[in-house]
Amino acid sequence: MTSGLIWEWIIKSLVIVFGLLTGFAYLTLFERKALARIQVRIGPNRAGPLGLLQPVADAVKLIFKEELIPSKADKIIFILAPIITVIPALIILAVLPFGGVITLFGKQYSLSLVDLNVGVLYITAVASISVYGIVLAGWASNNKYAMLGGIRSSAQMISYELALGLSFIGPILLTGSMSMTDIVETQKPLWFVVYQPLGVLVFWIATLAEVNRAPFDMPEAEQELTAGYHTEYSGMKFALFFMAEYIKMIAVSAIAATMFFGGYHFFWEDKYPILGPIWLLAKVVALLFGMIWIRATLPRIRYDRLMAFGWKFLFPLALANVFFTALGVILGKLWLIPVLTMVALLVAIYLVSMSQTRRWNKNVL
Amino acid sequence: MPLNFTLFLILAVIAIASALGMLFSKNAVYSALFLILNFAVAAFFYLILDAPFIALTQITVYAGAIMVLFLFVIMLLGAEQTGRMTAARWVRPTAITLAALLVVETIYIMFTQKGTIASLSSIPPDFGAPEVVGQFLFNQYLLPFEVTSILLLAAMIGAIVLTKRKS
Repeated sequence: MTSGLIWEWIIKSLVIVFGLLTGFAYLTLFERKALARIQVRIGPNRAGPLGLLQPVADAVKLIFKEELIPSKADKIIFILAPIITVIPALIILAVLPFGGVITLFGKQYSLSLVDLNVGVLYITAVASISVYGIVLAGWASNNKYAMLGGIRSSAQMISYELALGLSFIGPILLTGSMSMTDIVETQKPLWFVVYQPLGVLVFWIATLAEVNRAPFDMPEAEQELTAGYHTEYSGMKFALFFMAEYIKMIAVSAIAATMFFGGYHFFWEDKYPILGPIWLLAKVVALLFGMIWIRATLPRIRYDRLMAFGWKFLFPLALANVFFTALGVILGKLWLIPVLTMVALLVAIYLVSMSQTRRWNKNVL
Repeated sequence: MPLNFTLFLILAVIAIASALGMLFSKNAVYSALFLILNFAVAAFFYLILDAPFIALTQITVYAGAIMVLFLFVIMLLGAEQTGRMTAARWVRPTAITLAALLVVETIYIMFTQKGTIASLSSIPPDFGAPEVVGQFLFNQYLLPFEVTSILLLAAMIGAIVLTKRKS
């Protein structure tokens, strides 16, 4: 372990953290612009050219806002909660490869911070502790709305974590390794989305619930809970929750791109390795637009239906996906996986629609 | 080795402090948080011991899943303030006896096995890798593994039976 290596790690970590922070600032602008366009508005366009300085203006506003701490709140945890929320969001991408190996000044640098042999497990571990900040914020605020938001979010995140973890198993089985770098390298000829159509679907729905995005933004359902777990937060502490949510969006998009959409691999990438991070960024932006599109399109679903959907529909489907993927891998016939999983999805949709029709006939007619 | 040793000392202090904090804090939520910190430190111990798979499983299962449920129950029941506990009469003497036994055992091991802990250079490169752990679990330790899964299944069925709505 030389000092040069340590410097390399520090610089890479700083690049990741500052990249995520900048990404957060401009994702808020991107989301507001995209939502505005979908709702036939113009969106923020006053601060700077095309509204590009809007994130700066927002940051300045939030810094100078008065910070309130409710007198009956648990002060230590009230202050700790936003920090506990942001840290997992910032460190989750540590195992993600951003590109291949580039040569700079006659020395080779790999464009990943660390290639952990249990990289996928690291992601699930960090994802599993990211719920604490929200729960603690809700509890420490000593406010019924915040408390309900916190409890809802913990129940929701625990429930969808299972489906999320199971959807990781598909790429792991196809690669035979838990290292993110191996997973990306195996996808060089063909992206895993081809073999894992159901896996991608389960992953995407589960991550929307994990990062509390619409249509699963239950913890902050405005009409019912004013603002959910961050009702009592103001100023920079509120900004930290906001930051965590958007950084998590970027993180899960990057993970989805790496696990299912070939990571940094795309045209001409093996000839010019410097293109790797650019392709990854393009994929992440496309997936982020998908998230914003979903938010603009779908209404929030009811809480009990959210839980029923997670446990009774998504979780069995994720199990079926694991089963059929293992079957395909063992038989050596990978084309079986998409066929069988899609059949399983259709059967599941048919069964659910039948049971819903039966209930409707019994209760309404 | 000095780097690992300093790291170990720092972590050991945090581990003991968090364990004490868990025992002596008046608020059950703080106790749960100290326990989470303790689990996290245990995970770092595994990392020092070259076992990243166990370390991350420790965080996912204990610090992530189980403690979230603990916090959930504490908050849902409003059981933050533990107050004066009225423990059964046999609890205190049993606890003191067991603790004394543990201390004696630790001292015995420390003084009889001094310096016989395997040196780090003899660890194979794939030590603690997920493949190796899987091989051991599904070959050498298949029976304990299956017994554990049946135990978990029984607990799961029990939970379903207890919470089933009578209609």
